[in-house]
Amino acid sequence: MTAAWFVLTRLARDRSALIGLVLIALLVVCAVLAPVLSTHPDDVFELHPAERLQAPSGAHWLGTDRMGSDMYSRLLFGARITIVIGLIAVGASLAIGVPIGLVAGYYHGWLSDALMRVSDIFLAVPQVVLAIAIAQTLGPSLPNVILALSVTYWPWFARVVYAETRALQKEIFVESTAALGASPWRLTVLHVLPNIASPIIVRASIGMGFTILTAAALGFLGLGPPPPTPEWGRTIAESREFLPDAWWYAMAPGLAIFLTVMGFNLLGDGLRDVLDPRLRRRRTIRDG
Amino acid sequence: MRLLALALHRLLWFAPTLLGLLVVTFVISRVIPADPVALVAGETATPAQVEALRRDLGFDRPLVVQFVDYVGRLVRGDMGTSLYTRRPIVEDLVARLPATIELTVVAMLVSIAVGIPLGVLSALWRNSLLDHALRVVTVSGLAIASFWLGIMLQLLFAMRLGWTPLNGRLAGFPPRPLTGFYLLDAALSWDWPTFGTALAHLALPAATLAFPALATLVRFTRAGVLDVMQSNFVLYERAMGLPRPLIVWKYILRSALTSTVTQIGLLFGILLAGAVVTEAVFDWPGIGTYAVNSIIRSDYNAVMGFTVWAGAIFVVVNLVVDVAHTLVDPRERTT
Repeated sequence: MTAAWFVLTRLARDRSALIGLVLIALLVVCAVLAPVLSTHPDDVFELHPAERLQAPSGAHWLGTDRMGSDMYSRLLFGARITIVIGLIAVGASLAIGVPIGLVAGYYHGWLSDALMRVSDIFLAVPQVVLAIAIAQTLGPSLPNVILALSVTYWPWFARVVYAETRALQKEIFVESTAALGASPWRLTVLHVLPNIASPIIVRASIGMGFTILTAAALGFLGLGPPPPTPEWGRTIAESREFLPDAWWYAMAPGLAIFLTVMGFNLLGDGLRDVLDPRLRRRRTIRDG
Repeated sequence: MRLLALALHRLLWFAPTLLGLLVVTFVISRVIPADPVALVAGETATPAQVEALRRDLGFDRPLVVQFVDYVGRLVRGDMGTSLYTRRPIVEDLVARLPATIELTVVAMLVSIAVGIPLGVLSALWRNSLLDHALRVVTVSGLAIASFWLGIMLQLLFAMRLGWTPLNGRLAGFPPRPLTGFYLLDAALSWDWPTFGTALAHLALPAATLAFPALATLVRFTRAGVLDVMQSNFVLYERAMGLPRPLIVWKYILRSALTSTVTQIGLLFGILLAGAVVTEAVFDWPGIGTYAVNSIIRSDYNAVMGFTVWAGAIFVVVNLVVDVAHTLVDPRERTT
């Protein structure tokens, strides 16, 4: 609890990290309270052809889409999909990547080499390319998008955990714990893992942003959950035939994606500064 | 000699990585779907037709035999036939490659030409208004969905203002095909009106693709320059009274750029991947649009062909970057 409080207060002092926290909090509120906050909660599934493509107004704050559904309400429910995709995909990547990284980092030998080679192969190809291939094979649906993103993102965690575990093995406390006869299981889970939590948390925050961005791209390409799911990327793709007149149609979901990803990126940067002072802001596009 | 050994060592890893990539695409295409044959045959095929197709495609043989066959064909440059264009996929991809490379290279040049000077200025005038403004740009560059940025640029510059064409690579006849790159071909055949149109078509997609890369370069150059500015040799040069522009643009930039050079190489691969989505937005007739159209038409062979192709290009680029980095930075040679 005290550690969490320490991190939180330090984060709040950094202006951009604070903005990140606020943006994420806003996203979570939108997703959880979507039925309460939305003005037309039934519009996710209901069609009102008479009201299609109306500009933003008092009745429809962000206008209506091609089916006459309220954009604002659909955006709120879209936040739920975004969070579900991000959380499950990053969670699954953690569940695959962290154990593989620990095993590969702890043991030396062919198994370790083989595991890292396999993750290198996944890292050798742009995530979006592999994800397109997987999502295309499996067919467009929410679980398949999540699967495609998890299968392609775990190597980032494996690599981070591997590098950190290897570095820790030179530490005296790890050596002495091993000398005291701790089992490999006990050593890695109780002693190594808590000490490498910081880089994993930082990577997870950045991974949320990155995964959400890739998921939106998949949705845009028609590989996301099928309509009438209010997925943001697909909504932007739908809006294209009604441009330039229905500008609000394309504008709103894009801004929502932008603010969400920005929130996780800013938080990730802030967490890195607080938790891991060795690595100051050096993040690039390559970091996935 | 050590360098040659190192290059050979990297090359040795190249083959297994590519083979691993093939295993992954093979698993995706043959093992993940419940029945890949049914996928190819379509929903209207009768069971008898599906069985006939299964024998035709060789899917009734053991997986290992199928894999060896798959790799053997790829080595001979055979990726199968597109179900839609009815042409060999390799031919389709080769025909579209120049468009993609032209877009990627131009985007890359733009991001270098703009990103590196801005990064240097941002470091020199640390915490100035420019530095803060650029920080917003770099943060946005990594958060914006490129397909949305492209659509917004289209909305503003093509639809509202009418300054640029909406999409496509050229209106009218292409220039005499010498290299396949329209800008270069038009310039070589002294056809300046075509050059102008090609450039106008290129402006928006290149800007869209360049933006995240530019953000990365500004950030990297800024960090690199700030690091170097604090080093002893810079202090010494200043004490010796060397003019500031000489110190900054020659000595600081040179040592700050070693890490940026690697970054540029990596960016090239990432831009190639980003081109998939960007091309789809602008109907740019490259391999990205081809891939996306293949997805829409469920042209399964073509999607797999694209994946292998893109993966192979990416692996090759990484290899070149590794070797180039060793050439630029002697410290890397020890490992």
